[in-house]
Amino acid sequence: MAEAVVRCLRDGRLEGEHAPAMTLEGSLQCCPLAAGAMLHVAAALASQAAAGKAQARGLVIVAFDRSPEVYLDFMRRRGLDANALGRCVRILDCYSDPLGWKQKIHKQMHQENSAKQLSTNKENSTVFRNVKDGLKEKAKRIFVLLLTRSMLRHASVSSISGLLSNLRSHEQVSSIFWLIHSDLHEPKVSRALECLSTMVASVEPALVDPLCVESPGNMSFLEQNYSKAKFVVRLKRRNGRVKHLYEDLHLEGNDVQFVSAPSVGTEVNQSLVPKVQFNLELSEKERTDRANVVLPFEHQGKGEPIQIYDGRRSLPEAQQDPNLIASALVDEIKAPKSGTTKGEIHYIRDSDDEQPDSDEDPDDDLDI
Amino acid sequence: MEEYGGGDLLTEAMGSAARVVVIEDCVEAPGAFILHLLLKRALAGGGAAAFLALAQPFAHYDRVLRKMVEQGKVLLQIAFEIQRMVEANKTGGNEGQVTIVVDDISLLEVVAHGSVDDVLDFLHYCLTFTSEMDCSLVILIHKDIYAGEENMDLLLHLRYLADLVVKAAPLSTGLAADVHGQLSVVNKGTFHKQSPKSQKVWNFHFKVKENGADFFYPGSRQ
Repeated sequence: MAEAVVRCLRDGRLEGEHAPAMTLEGSLQCCPLAAGAMLHVAAALASQAAAGKAQARGLVIVAFDRSPEVYLDFMRRRGLDANALGRCVRILDCYSDPLGWKQKIHKQMHQENSAKQLSTNKENSTVFRNVKDGLKEKAKRIFVLLLTRSMLRHASVSSISGLLSNLRSHEQVSSIFWLIHSDLHEPKVSRALECLSTMVASVEPALVDPLCVESPGNMSFLEQNYSKAKFVVRLKRRNGRVKHLYEDLHLEGNDVQFVSAPSVGTEVNQSLVPKVQFNLELSEKERTDRANVVLPFEHQGKGEPIQIYDGRRSLPEAQQDPNLIASALVDEIKAPKSGTTKGEIHYIRDSDDEQPDSDEDPDDDLDI
Repeated sequence: MEEYGGGDLLTEAMGSAARVVVIEDCVEAPGAFILHLLLKRALAGGGAAAFLALAQPFAHYDRVLRKMVEQGKVLLQIAFEIQRMVEANKTGGNEGQVTIVVDDISLLEVVAHGSVDDVLDFLHYCLTFTSEMDCSLVILIHKDIYAGEENMDLLLHLRYLADLVVKAAPLSTGLAADVHGQLSVVNKGTFHKQSPKSQKVWNFHFKVKENGADFFYPGSRQ
């Protein structure tokens, strides 16, 4: 339900509430598709904003792992013209020089060869490096963050959570979403980020390798998973209702396609019924047969004809049962004997000269 | 990568779009020969290569690097050297692509005094070179060093970075006289310059020869 996700992010925040936030999770098994889904959602939001249909006036992308050109290329392919891009899309470039190494390198080069020009940054109105440059306008914007490798490597989870909740509560932010790679971080990191978000979308492999081993045999799984995945969305409504949606995600050429799949309910039901090899249900005949079995531990009467009430039928019916009557007769014959003899145990001590609690070792005559 | 001397399976499997190639090998099946093949191809295609050769006489590099710069800034210095070389190559009117070859990444970790973060920062800069200055990046990693749960980090990051992963492994059926191991090539299919229907995963055997290597499908050679 990529549309549902896009709709939620597009509609933005309500007065007095935090901005909606989405975590998009991907793993190594289907990572090109997770990135594709992220680009798809970002491009859809940008075109909504450009058309004036969204609450936000534009989109701010914080690019860590991909060059800003990748985003711009993708959006151009999705039909956004240069004018719309310039008006609505801002990309904060944290990719090219996150640690300032290149500046240092340029300085060194400059010292070595003063005649050489500093290479010109291809900065335009869309891509910017300093946060302050890009956000002068006081309009609501959607934020796209990529909390992948680099950001989580350089900052603690708590500081990132702090940043995200500050962004969510800032009135200029309409909505926010971020992409994480779940297998690069400890599970608690992705949990912490999921707690902050109103929607969690995860791109899961279409086929799960049952053995999870790296052998040539599982290459076919990989082949499948690189072109197809499941897009599972969990979103929380304002009234507290949680919805599960899921779609198939295909890689088609340079683009991703979402194909709606059967509702997740039937899927869940099918997978919840335990897949066992034996039959858990009884047929009608088996049920009556079971009802007819006389259980050996059931109470036996003394001297009287046995009337077994097995808890399943009424008494007169039970007496008519020929099997039961036969067994009751057998019991009638045996019962008087056991009724008259009284059980008794006689005990005679074999030796009186030895005290029972003598401290003599009973084993000392043994030749070990 | 530049296509050169085409026709063999590896060239076909690798295609021509991959910018970041990661070669995973292990003690039983060293993958250095793939590195040499790729280097040969890169040079023959009219390109240049920045060969970050740490594996061979490592003691020498270690000494040199230690002398050259203060501790902890080694990787920055290497990045600087690479960038200078790439730019010199460009301004020198050389048309071909520059290939940055790292042989191998685990020794880079040693240079960084075991700090995976520093190595990843360095790799990030190498990655920016590939997109800004039209380079390609070939990295060799010994997979078995990173087999444990706790230190999978670098290997996982590399797999994320890579457009193409080449894995060398010994034959699963044991040793054979004329097959030295098996290669699997995983083309992750990034969103540019890729034909839509291309095969993503390849699997074949290899035999290393005096000058080069043979690649063939299992059972296709008598």
